[in-house]
Formats: sequence, C-alpha cells, structure tokens
Amino acid sequence: MTGVLETAAGAVPRVATAPTWRDRIGGWRVRWGIRRDAYRVDPGLYAVGDPGPDSPVLVTANYKLTFDVVRSDLAGRDAWLLVLDTRGINVWCAAGKRTFSTDELVRWIDGIGLSQVVAHRRVVLPQLGATGVAAHVVRERTGFRVLWGPVRSADLPAFLDAGMKATPEMREVTFPAYDRLVLTPVEVLGTASYGWWVLLALFAISGLGPWVFSLGAVWHRGFAAVSVFIAATLAGGLVAPMLLPWLPGRAFSVKGAVSGLLVGIPVLALWDRPLDAATVAAVLLGLSALSSFVAMNFTGSTPYTSPSGVEREMRRSMPWQALAAAASVALWIGSAWIGKGGV
Amino acid sequence: MKGYRYLPDVATLTLDREKCTGCGLCATVCPHRIFVVEDGRARILDLDACMECGACALNCAWDAIEVHAGVGCASAIIGSWLRGGAAPSGGDRC
Repeated sequence: MTGVLETAAGAVPRVATAPTWRDRIGGWRVRWGIRRDAYRVDPGLYAVGDPGPDSPVLVTANYKLTFDVVRSDLAGRDAWLLVLDTRGINVWCAAGKRTFSTDELVRWIDGIGLSQVVAHRRVVLPQLGATGVAAHVVRERTGFRVLWGPVRSADLPAFLDAGMKATPEMREVTFPAYDRLVLTPVEVLGTASYGWWVLLALFAISGLGPWVFSLGAVWHRGFAAVSVFIAATLAGGLVAPMLLPWLPGRAFSVKGAVSGLLVGIPVLALWDRPLDAATVAAVLLGLSALSSFVAMNFTGSTPYTSPSGVEREMRRSMPWQALAAAASVALWIGSAWIGKGGV
Repeated sequence: MKGYRYLPDVATLTLDREKCTGCGLCATVCPHRIFVVEDGRARILDLDACMECGACALNCAWDAIEVHAGVGCASAIIGSWLRGGAAPSGGDRC
C-alpha cells in the first residue's frame, strides 16, 4: 500500500505496481504449495495510480498471486481495482466454484457504492470469470455493463489502449512450457497425500522373500522400490506435463504410461546387473501404472480438459492402472525368489 | 487450442439455433474460440475443443446453450465418487 485516496464513497487504499522481494518470495512459496490457501488480500476497492471518476474499473480475485500480477501489469496507469472475495482462489477456479460469481460482483458493486466512485457504468472482468458471472444479470441488477477483458492480465495495457477491445489472441487460452512447469511442484508434492502409505507398503513387501522376512531386504530392496516410486511420481508429475504436446495419445493416462516407460529405462540402467525378467517387468509395470495415474491428475491443471472427457478417460484407464500395479507388486515379491532379488 | 487436443465425441455442449439471437457473447467468452456468428446466429465450429467450462451457457441471455459444466480434473472427480456422486466442484487443491 502506498497511501489512501479519498473518494465520494470513502477512503480507498492505493497499491504499488512494483512487486517487492517479499511478493516474489511469496509467489515462489505458493507455487510449491506452501500455505497456498492462506495467500490472500483483503477484498474491496483499490486505487492503482491516481484514478478519477472516468478511470476504468478492473475486477479480479483475492488470491495474492493474481492480485500481484494484475497490479504489476497496470504499472504507470490510473485504474480502479475491485477485488472480489474468492477465498484466495484464482479467477478461473473461483468462477468454477462460484465464488467469483454474479452474486459476489453485485454484492461488492452495491456494497462499496461503486456508482458514487465512478461516473461511467462499466466494469472490466477477466474473460475467464465468465464461467461464474452472467454479464446480463449483473447489468439488470446494478446498471453496470460487464466488458470482457483479455484472458491474461499481461494483455490489459494493450486492451485498455485499444479502447477496451480484445484481439482474438487475447481471448484464447494457451498452455506454453513455462505455464506447465510452474504447475508441476504442486502436482508432484500432491502425491504426498497418499505417498507415505505407498512408501510404507513398498518397504513391507520388499522384505518378503525365500527368507520369509528380512530386515536386510527391507533396507536393500525397499530403497530400490522407493526409488521407482519417486521416479514414477516425477515421470507423471513433471516429465509428462513438460512433454505433454509430444507424448502419444490424447488421454493423459496414456501419456503418463509412456513417460513412465521412458523414465524406467534409465532407472533400470542404473541398477546392478544382471537383472532378471521379473524385476524388469515389475519396475516397468509399476512405473508406468503410477506415472499414468499421476499424469491423469494433471488434467486438473490444464486449461483444455472437459469433465466428461476426464471421467471417460478415468473409467477406461483406472482398471488397467490397478491391474498393472497389482502385477508389478506380484512380480516384485516373486523376483525375491529368482536370482539375487533384483538389486 | 493450438498444439493440444483432448478426447473427441464426448463434450455435452448443445446450441439451440432457434433461440439464438446472434448476440455473439458465447463467441466472446469461450476460451477455446469454438463459436462463430454467421447470418445472425451462432454456430459451433469445433465441438471437440469444448472443455465444458460453462461460460457460454451462463452468459446466454436466451437460454440457447446447454452444457454439463464442471472442472475437468481427475482428483475432483475421484472426490465426487468418494462423496457418492455429488457433482465435482474442484477439490481443496484446485
């Protein structure tokens, strides 16, 4: 905050447009999923620069990462920023959850007395907010006309300079490599919710063998199994998202199974030889099954998968994932009887 | 979307051209540019590119568009199965 601006509807805080090192660290932290739910700003009206009654009103969400990007993109401009209470969730997801919604927008337009602050009757919304906001209903209830802004806030300056007109490019979502990359830490770390139980189970089954149960095998074979688990998590949560446009198949489960096999080859190459067939099969089946499952969960991070499509892919692929995982476990236990136990 | 295609023949989107007035809002809000307005009415250009976000249907003042909207997210769908079939709305992680 850099002071306050007095308006007909009361004092409005003015925000800086240059992010501080604390903002940058905060942004990095939430990308790693650390206290991501609590990264919020207070909802309400903010001033960017020195706005007046004719300045545009831009609406956004109260996820601080979103708020920081939008105010940075507005550097050097005068505008009003109306921040809705989306419980710290970004615009698109909040629109899907109906917290970035018609009711919420109407509530704030009325609540802060926006019609006293500005002389015009227009609010600019991010296009992806259309999933939660019905423009015609907002107009009926408040008199304010909703103008659909660009998908990306980086296009706001060009949109405003063009007299609030968006080019076709500004209206289409994209999913470049950088956008995929920044989403992967949360995806990989997300497997921790069940990962600890899987690790425990892997150590337990790795102890089984002709020796009945051996703590030495728990240690030796257990770590080998755990390295496969970690490799699978990275294959599905990092490699598959990064290679998304080039992996074969449209279903994420297929892409993930392929990336699991790709990662499995160097993993096996690092192990001591000779490797018996049961061990090789156990590693490749387990890796591709888990990688397939993790990659399937990346559907929620992409901007192009439909719920009907994801449900269809899940119903088709989950039986195969379960079958491959079960076969992998059976082969892994069986491999303890063959040769020297695989490691 | 450039460079990406998801499963075909599965989107639930329908457009009733009788009700359509050609206002073009569906074409404006669609993040995958699947609508075009021709001869005063909207037309679906690319149904398989629909991600069922529901923006078009919500912003159609004439109820000409229907779609089973939701989030295309596997963990949200697993969550809804575990809760006994409630519509997926995005889990805690989304």
